[in-house]
Amino acid sequence: MSATTWAWLVLLFPLLGSIVIALGFRALPARVAGIIGTAAIGLAFACGIGALVCLLGESPDARHHASSLWDYASAAGLQIKLGIFVDPLSVFMVLVVTGVSTLIHLYSYGYMRSDEGYHRFFSYLNFFVFSMLLLVLAGNFVLLIVGWAFVGFASYALISFWYRRTTATGAGMKAFVINVVGDIGLVLATLLIFRELGTFEYGQVFARAPHVFHTNEWTVTAICLLLLVGAFAKSAQLPLHTWLPDAMEGPTPVSALIHAATMVTAGVYLIARTHVLFVLAPTAADVAAFVGLATLLVAGTIALVMTDLKRAIAYSTMSQIGYMIMGVSIGAYSAGLFHLMTHAFFKALLFMAAGSIIAAMANRQNIDEMSGFGKAMRFTSATMLAGGLALAAFPGTSGFFSKDEILAYATARGGMYLIFTVLGYFGALLTAIYTFRLIFRVLPGRPCKEAQALIDSGHVVHAHPFNPATGEEEDTDVGFPGAEHHIAEGSAPMRIAMGVLAFLALFGGLVQIPGVDDTITRFLDPVFADSPLAAIHPSVAASWTGLAIGAAISVAGIGIAYYLYVVRPETPAMLIRRLRPLHTFLVNKWYFDELIDILVVKPALAVGRYANRTFERIVVGGLITGTEDVVGGAGRVVRTVQSGFVRSYALLLIAGFAGLGLYFLLSST
Amino acid sequence: MNIDWYIVLSALLFATGAVGILIRRSPMVILLCLELMLNAGNLALVAFSRMVGNQQGQVFALVVMVIAACEVVVGLGLIVALFRRKLPLDVDELRELRG
Repeated sequence: MSATTWAWLVLLFPLLGSIVIALGFRALPARVAGIIGTAAIGLAFACGIGALVCLLGESPDARHHASSLWDYASAAGLQIKLGIFVDPLSVFMVLVVTGVSTLIHLYSYGYMRSDEGYHRFFSYLNFFVFSMLLLVLAGNFVLLIVGWAFVGFASYALISFWYRRTTATGAGMKAFVINVVGDIGLVLATLLIFRELGTFEYGQVFARAPHVFHTNEWTVTAICLLLLVGAFAKSAQLPLHTWLPDAMEGPTPVSALIHAATMVTAGVYLIARTHVLFVLAPTAADVAAFVGLATLLVAGTIALVMTDLKRAIAYSTMSQIGYMIMGVSIGAYSAGLFHLMTHAFFKALLFMAAGSIIAAMANRQNIDEMSGFGKAMRFTSATMLAGGLALAAFPGTSGFFSKDEILAYATARGGMYLIFTVLGYFGALLTAIYTFRLIFRVLPGRPCKEAQALIDSGHVVHAHPFNPATGEEEDTDVGFPGAEHHIAEGSAPMRIAMGVLAFLALFGGLVQIPGVDDTITRFLDPVFADSPLAAIHPSVAASWTGLAIGAAISVAGIGIAYYLYVVRPETPAMLIRRLRPLHTFLVNKWYFDELIDILVVKPALAVGRYANRTFERIVVGGLITGTEDVVGGAGRVVRTVQSGFVRSYALLLIAGFAGLGLYFLLSST
Repeated sequence: MNIDWYIVLSALLFATGAVGILIRRSPMVILLCLELMLNAGNLALVAFSRMVGNQQGQVFALVVMVIAACEVVVGLGLIVALFRRKLPLDVDELRELRG
């Protein structure tokens, strides 16, 4: 079979899974739905491997294929095909998405077991994977937009999964609205591309662009900036990031899959896919890189003070995506994508471990209430530690190699780009501190009530049906996390998923050791061969120097966290007292929500209120009542003629004709 | 040929019919007056036809007679229906279509 056939099969299985589960939810027992969902994604992963094998069997230059099933639309010079594009980049994304998704489905199979909406969950989750695969496999910009919008919807549906919680539905709406802002950017960019180049197909767009556009011409810069609006909204970069922390209202497997491993990296994929345009618009690429840098620093500082376990990890996700956006924007394409892959491993793992701990805490997520889970949940703690080490870029782990590769590239590019290296290393220090802040506060220490119960009885404490975020009572019939909770220690599927991910998080970086194997770079190189920036390679010596600095920073960060949270646990409180304004500033997330509230939401509401109260009532209402009055008045006058007296009608008729006759007589003489 | 007197007679008949429609209240009489007006028209048509010297006016008159016959059928039918339903045979009383 050819690579494209495999790719079509990759798309087919999740779609089938979603439809079968959605239609068969009455007939299928819950377990079967979970198995179908997991198997569908597993098969998609297997087909992805098939496509990979096909591609590897070809010469590197021939590794790109377009295939289309039928024409979507064909009119007046416009041709849109239902087509896919298979090249190393899309196959790489397919493998990351399906691979991590399979494990997360497996995890959900155990984690969501007591939830009323088990079928719905798997149907949505399969639909999400289908949409994400459509996004990465799309062969033209139109299909890309379709996939882009589908994942936005899937994300909305899954954030609001517990739909009786007002916090969850609100967060879902927020995510959807902000994502739609991004969709608009992407659609406008596509329209501009069509106007300038006359096609939507990737191959033709990227072939024609260098001949049509001059470097930094305003059109190509505008296209790239609009693409960036889409990428920033989807990937939660400043200032369109505020939806991601709120998205943590969704079930934890959703946070792991959509809001850490796959969907939020769509922006990185988009920039990598359209790198031809970004090479032509270096200004836009620099904007993207600086936004990525700003996001990684801002999110890193916020993650230092968040007390909500999942939100802290969400800010860390934003921060790591900042690295990736920065990487693909400055030209470190394969390094950025490599970080995307390793991040998918360790961040999904961290979320899974967090989900397990949150289940043990009966749904509460505040780390102030947690301690001593190291003893209570050995497996979860071990995997959390593995994920934490990888996130903090501890020497030898996957995050260590991927993060430093981006920074080494920035160094190699030199000049202004050294800023990215320096601040990137500072971000790495923050990463190590906030990661181990979480770990040192949750795992060691005297077991808290819930952890003690787990040690004593081996059972998870019972959940009270109250939403921990607002205290409102849960509707225990539907849209509720379920009365029971499941921790990894009690569920084999969860343990398998976490075990595999822990292995990948620790050792996944070994596929790309500078100067030793460089597997990812060599695989992705044909895609980026046309970019002049891809020719810049940090020397092996420079890479290893970077790795050494990274290792030192990582260990230093972990050391600082150890000192602050284990050796002298009273220091953080003292620091908070000393730096009260700074702490407040960070706890309020740099006031981004308030800023957006003042700049966008409040004016929009004011306009709406004006439209409703003043414009609607006076102008629209006035127009309508005015018209009504005129018509009604005229009707009242005319109505008097309709007296019902037949003879008066006759008189009118005769008088009328007589009048006409008289008029013509007079006018003819 | 001088048609003055025909036209005068026709006008008189038409005026009689019109006045009859305006002042009488019985539907039966109104129907008769309508008939009178139509026939006044017929008379004028035939007279003009003689004056011009071709037969077109007579053909028109024949068509008008057919129409008049139809009108009488419908009108008498209405009056019979009114009578059957014991409604007053007075057009001033029948004013349910007032606006």
